[in-house]
Amino acid sequence: MGMTHVDGKDRGALALYALSTCVWCRMMKGFLSKMEVGYDYVDVDTLADEEKARTIEELKRWNPKCSFPSLVVNGEKCVIGFNEDTLKEALGL
Amino acid sequence: MNDGPAEVSKEADLFLEDLLSRSRASGYHLNPDTGFVRALIEGLLTNVKRYGYAACPCRLAAGRKEDDRDIICPCDYRDADLGEHGACFCALYVSQKVAEGTRRLASIPERRPAEGSRHRKNPPVAGISRAPLPVWRCRVCGYLCAREAPPETCPICKAAGERFECFLSGGTG
Repeated sequence: MGMTHVDGKDRGALALYALSTCVWCRMMKGFLSKMEVGYDYVDVDTLADEEKARTIEELKRWNPKCSFPSLVVNGEKCVIGFNEDTLKEALGL
Repeated sequence: MNDGPAEVSKEADLFLEDLLSRSRASGYHLNPDTGFVRALIEGLLTNVKRYGYAACPCRLAAGRKEDDRDIICPCDYRDADLGEHGACFCALYVSQKVAEGTRRLASIPERRPAEGSRHRKNPPVAGISRAPLPVWRCRVCGYLCAREAPPETCPICKAAGERFECFLSGGTG
């Protein structure tokens, strides 16, 4: 699946499922960049149908409600929604 | 196509103006953070262009109106989220307390049921003798009215008539 990589410090494998129109998703990206953390992201709303469907199925395994933003950390856990405190704790920042 | 930043910003201004007057008239409050609201409006306008309706910018729309009707802004979940969290899912709308205060908002849990467990239509409530007219309920603000068909526009919150559900069956229908 086509994720875009953002360079930064290694805090584990971070896969961010986001929407291009979502302000919380934008804040999540902004926060990760501010903390200089490297991550991969995909804006699901901008994908073509087939890839979108595949990505949704992938995300549903982590977050059945398929809400955004969803950040999968090291393929182990999923941080749902944007909350600075929760995020800092999950990433050990 | 003239779709430059100036056009987008003018469109967003008009949208904001309209949203402000409608929310004031119906007793709702927009997030006092204007930059935040502008960003959400740009997302809403993107969705209007994409789908033909203002699907919630913070949720993934299916692109089929019948599947997205509950998340057309203002969504069916706004009032419950305002009551419980002081903000709607996007935090476009906030409670009066939040609007007046300085509480920092974080995103809130998704109230919308997962795909597959969303009900399309509530069966009308049974158990009372048949009313002379059906009662229609606005899914956005809860306004109830007894008449043959839902109004074209909700007189309270201005949601489109298609956002009404049959709450009590009655009349000849």
